[in-house]
Amino acid sequence: MYEGVVQDLIDELGHLPNIGPKSAQRIAFHLLQADPAEVRRLAEVLIRAKEQVRFCAICFNVAEQQECRICRDPRREPASLCVVEESKDVVAVEKTREFRGRYHVLGGAISPIDGVGPDDLRVKELLKRLADGAITEVILATDPNLEGEATATYLARLIKPMGLRVTRLASGLPVGGDLEYADEVTLGRAFEGRRQLDV
Amino acid sequence: MRVTHLSLADFRSYASLEIALQGGVTAFVGPNGQGKTNLVEAIGYIATLDSHRVATDQPLVRFGAPRAIVRANVEREGRTQLVEIELNPGGANRARLNRNPVPRPREVLGVLRTVLFAPEDLALVKGDPGERRRFLDELLVARWPRYAGVRADYDRVLKQRNTLLRTAAMARRNKTSGPNLTTLDAWDHHLAKVGGELVGARLALISALSPLVDKCYAEIAEGGATRIGYRSTLSPEPDPAVDVLTEQFLAALGQARANELDRGITLVGPHRDEMVLELTSSAGEAGLSAGLMPARGYASHGESWSYALALRLAAYDLLRSDGSEGGEPVLILDDVFAELDAKRRRRLAERVSGADQVLITAAVDADVPEQLIGQKFAVAGGLVSAA
Ligand SMILES: Nc1ncnc2c1ncn2[C@@H]1O[C@H](COP(=O)(O)OP(=O)(O)OP(=O)(O)O)[C@@H](O)[C@H]1O
Ligand SMILES: [Mg+2]
Ligand SMILES: [Zn+2]
Repeated sequence: MYEGVVQDLIDELGHLPNIGPKSAQRIAFHLLQADPAEVRRLAEVLIRAKEQVRFCAICFNVAEQQECRICRDPRREPASLCVVEESKDVVAVEKTREFRGRYHVLGGAISPIDGVGPDDLRVKELLKRLADGAITEVILATDPNLEGEATATYLARLIKPMGLRVTRLASGLPVGGDLEYADEVTLGRAFEGRRQLDV
Repeated sequence: MRVTHLSLADFRSYASLEIALQGGVTAFVGPNGQGKTNLVEAIGYIATLDSHRVATDQPLVRFGAPRAIVRANVEREGRTQLVEIELNPGGANRARLNRNPVPRPREVLGVLRTVLFAPEDLALVKGDPGERRRFLDELLVARWPRYAGVRADYDRVLKQRNTLLRTAAMARRNKTSGPNLTTLDAWDHHLAKVGGELVGARLALISALSPLVDKCYAEIAEGGATRIGYRSTLSPEPDPAVDVLTEQFLAALGQARANELDRGITLVGPHRDEMVLELTSSAGEAGLSAGLMPARGYASHGESWSYALALRLAAYDLLRSDGSEGGEPVLILDDVFAELDAKRRRRLAERVSGADQVLITAAVDADVPEQLIGQKFAVAGGLVSAA
């Protein structure tokens, strides 16, 4: 334990995802030794990002306006929708340039261990978007790990009865990983080779 | 296949150790508590990423040290590979193969294959069903490393599903609103898919193993017949296809659903299955046809010991007969000879003397059968020296 504010800093950093106590300590001391101007820039951008960035009212991707760049773009195909876990996955899929439709960001994957069920994700919002019939294909691009697979299975079972084409990315993605770790070529191929889910 | 060099840093009682090993028989001899088992445990760890004595890595790291490193050169078919594993009880373990980091330690499985028999193996016969499931699954992974992934997936889905069931059961008891149970079907789907694969592989393994165990047991125990079977919560027919097992698993889950929701735990599946060991009694009245009895609860101490040894030797024979896939495993016999009478010692010695590499531990020289003299090390006070 350190004195006062130093420990506060370590504790706050330790709340961030994938930052254990050791890393939190390392980052804290890095910041304490850094140039004050650099730390100020970081603090300011944190606050600015939090104030200015919000989530797209349609797809829940990060956005600087009411709706994100992709939802506003009229050149996007309205018939296909790609469902991903996080905004960072939108970036990964965009890099492949294989997909011309729009997105839906769930905000995670179903994982009882982490206390995450369908009601904690944007599932209701997804179903509402599908209700008007404009979307005819839903691509489930959740992560290629067990939680991502279970989420895809769950969604496919909800969506299929609505008469939509439901596909999942082809295998070949590094299993157990995050979508964002797949390189563009692999992810692009997985998109091309997507297949209908039988559930 | 053989280990030609072993190097330990902060593993168990060894702050640092380097030893060169040869093929054929190697004996480690020394008084109790000097570090003989620690040595062979390290070699077993490289093959299985697991200890035969403890369930967690913490006791494998030298007391007070932050991490341990185990390295071995493994020679097979004239090629040598270097496997290195760093054990970090606080965090994630890391592994390197030929000095290149691998994404997960699991990927070094299969480079070295071992079959290890140790006094703890008595639990295979006398212990809980979990001990026998572990034996089966470890042998599966040794034969086909991809089952390490199947097993890990099964455990993970099971844990997710159990958490969901438990939270639901608790909410029901407390009359609060529980989790959304509509996801249960999705978990069932995945549990049945990987579970079906696991059960299918176990069944195939048991049919291959059963006659070998019977043969090994007859050799060691001088007569007596054994049979091993699989009692499944999915009630499979003989040799079902994996998709049939998956269907059966789904049906079993459907039947158990109400009960599972009530108890908050998954009640059917390979995690509840049992490998059943049976044997004929050698004390049966002459003339009476000897029937098969369950070994657990019925077998004598000596019979249980022989049975456990027969299971390991059969595993060794099976891996050896798989042939091409990397060659003969390394056989490790920890403290086995002290328990056997002279005749059985001789038979076991004859049986294993032709192996690519056999590593033996014994407290005294007299426990090492004459037929098995090759390289010999004295183990005392943390030092391992050629004797
Ligand atoms: N993590 C550890 N750190 C330090 N010492 C350890 C650790 N784990 C075990 N030991 C020590 O190692 C010794 C046991 O070694 P080992 O089990 O290899 O003995 P052995 O030579 O096989 O003896 P036996 O003949 O009784 O089987 C014990 O003295 C124990 O205290
Ligand atoms: Mg020992
Ligand atoms: Zn949007």
